Amino acid sequence: MTDRSLFAKNPSVLIFLACLGMFTLGVTVFSEAFGSGLISTSFVKTLGKTLCLCLIALAMDLVWGYTGILSLGHFAFFGIGGYMIGMWLMYERTRDIIVTSMAGQEIPPTESEITAAIGNQIFGVVGSSEFPAIWAFSHSLTLQLILVVAVPGLLALVFGWLAFRSRVTGVYLSILTQAMTLALALYLFQNDSGLRGNNGLSGLQNLPGLDEVPQSVVSVWFLWASAAALGLGYVFSAWVVSGKFGSVLRGIRDDEARVRFLGYSVEAYKLFIFTITAVIAGIAGALYYPQAGIINPAEIAPIASIYLAVWVAIGGRGRLYGAVIGAAFVSLVSSWFTGGQVPSIPLGFYTIDWVDWWLVLLGFSFVMVTLFAPRGIGGLFDLWTGHMAPARHGQDLGPDAGSLQEQEADQ
Amino acid sequence: MSTLLEVSGVSVSFDGFKAINNLSFQIGKAEMRAIIGPNGAGKTTFMDIVTGKTRPDEGRVIWGDKSVSLLKMSEAQIARAGVGRKFQRPTVFEDQTVFDNLLLALKKDRGPLPVLFYRRSAEDVDKVHALAEEIGLTDQLDRKSGELSHGQKQWLEIGMLLAQEPQLLLVDEPAAGMTPEEREHTTAILVEAAKTRAVVVVEHDMEFVRRLNCKVTVLHEGSVLAEGSLDHVTSNKDVIDVYLGR
Repeated sequence: MTDRSLFAKNPSVLIFLACLGMFTLGVTVFSEAFGSGLISTSFVKTLGKTLCLCLIALAMDLVWGYTGILSLGHFAFFGIGGYMIGMWLMYERTRDIIVTSMAGQEIPPTESEITAAIGNQIFGVVGSSEFPAIWAFSHSLTLQLILVVAVPGLLALVFGWLAFRSRVTGVYLSILTQAMTLALALYLFQNDSGLRGNNGLSGLQNLPGLDEVPQSVVSVWFLWASAAALGLGYVFSAWVVSGKFGSVLRGIRDDEARVRFLGYSVEAYKLFIFTITAVIAGIAGALYYPQAGIINPAEIAPIASIYLAVWVAIGGRGRLYGAVIGAAFVSLVSSWFTGGQVPSIPLGFYTIDWVDWWLVLLGFSFVMVTLFAPRGIGGLFDLWTGHMAPARHGQDLGPDAGSLQEQEADQ
Repeated sequence: MSTLLEVSGVSVSFDGFKAINNLSFQIGKAEMRAIIGPNGAGKTTFMDIVTGKTRPDEGRVIWGDKSVSLLKMSEAQIARAGVGRKFQRPTVFEDQTVFDNLLLALKKDRGPLPVLFYRRSAEDVDKVHALAEEIGLTDQLDRKSGELSHGQKQWLEIGMLLAQEPQLLLVDEPAAGMTPEEREHTTAILVEAAKTRAVVVVEHDMEFVRRLNCKVTVLHEGSVLAEGSLDHVTSNKDVIDVYLGR
């Protein structure tokens, strides 16, 4: 019973990677850029964004499904990741435009003139032209990429340290995380927050210096990147939860005090998983928003994090593929319903218009899943695995000494 | 015999009710001790204080050769220092296998990073199998502990205690809800454990205490009423009045 390799212990990881690979290949083959064009560029983007949502759902599953911390703040980390990459995208692209337009001038513009023009262009919308201090690193892709990981990580570390040290648990912790998210969103809504207030950052779909590359190609690049990130995130998550660490996490979820009396510092473990999942959420956000093209503070609003919990619950918490399935299924169905593509149902006296009624349907499904299928969509796989023969060779078939032995049962 | 744990002058009150009142107690390094007393005598609160769950209002709790105070340490630190505790209700991780439960309890580095990079060694697996043998759960190693019977869960929890290799075992009503044969087995495990470490058993059942054949401390209203052999304390007039007589 010594350790086998990760893949031998979790055959679902290989199955998942295979499905993900086939999905990516399939979309590429049917994309406008590299194949038949059956799948439109905007739908490729939707699929790429969905992969990012699956990644943050994985993070949510680690922190909620495995450790039992119902965080209603992970979309804040997702949004921060998006803002961090968005700052560089917006700065560099505006700079490209400014430099091009100024190139025609007789006197070549100085560096400070260019910077002032960029500031004017970006912050004119909020009545300013000065670069706020938080844009100090926006000229450097490397530094902003570091911030994608560092800012959500540090915020989660500080917040988690304060919350877990005071032993805030359960619904109180959920409320606290939600308050953090709301505070952050409200702050970003202000014009003087330095991130363009409720305008947010826009034009993120245009990659600086790659103007000649059409969006159809860029969308597939991002799909690949998102798929790679999801694959890595899945393997990492499976590794974290499969060993003794996962055993401790599930112990904390089921009986926190018992884990403490075994000598494990529960607070350190919670802080560790909270921070690491915030980093994963930040990375997912940094891949999501260049595909969405725009980020604004509304994206960080607490409702987004609540949706995240709903996805994981519907998909089946406490199993990684459940979270991925839930996020993909619910967000795709959601965009189908809210996109107005579902025919309305005329009842004579009233017409059910799904754009309005989708939320009711989602809420209803959430309640139904919680009540009648707590294992979610992922639980359907148990129906299949439950029929496979247990690996109990040479032992009792049943729990008691009086049960049939294997040889007897074969007769 | 040198002292392992010394509790002196400890008091604690909850909303004005004195659960523990100027309690003093000590136990040596390889000693079995039974604590008896009526409901509300402060038996469980006493364990809560030693394991760090409850902070006393006054008094000292001194531990080990280096005479460190347990009052400034967190529950996890106290557990790592060598105090193991078994709860009244069996608390095992029902969602995980017996093997995983025991592996979780094995004395190893408890930090998040060492645990994250932990790989089972053949030595650890052997240890788990030896423990399972001791508590009679070898055939159940691959089962989820939630499927075990009540008595088996109690043993598993005792096994997890032993896996921690503590110097002091605090055991709260280990025989509750067990069949007579299971009780005998439990007695054997505890007596064996007390050969190498200190074991404190809180128990209601006199027959079980008699079988443990050890020194008995009687608690009443948060302080020690009598101490000595079971025959000695049961013939004590005060004890008869407050506990046995009723």
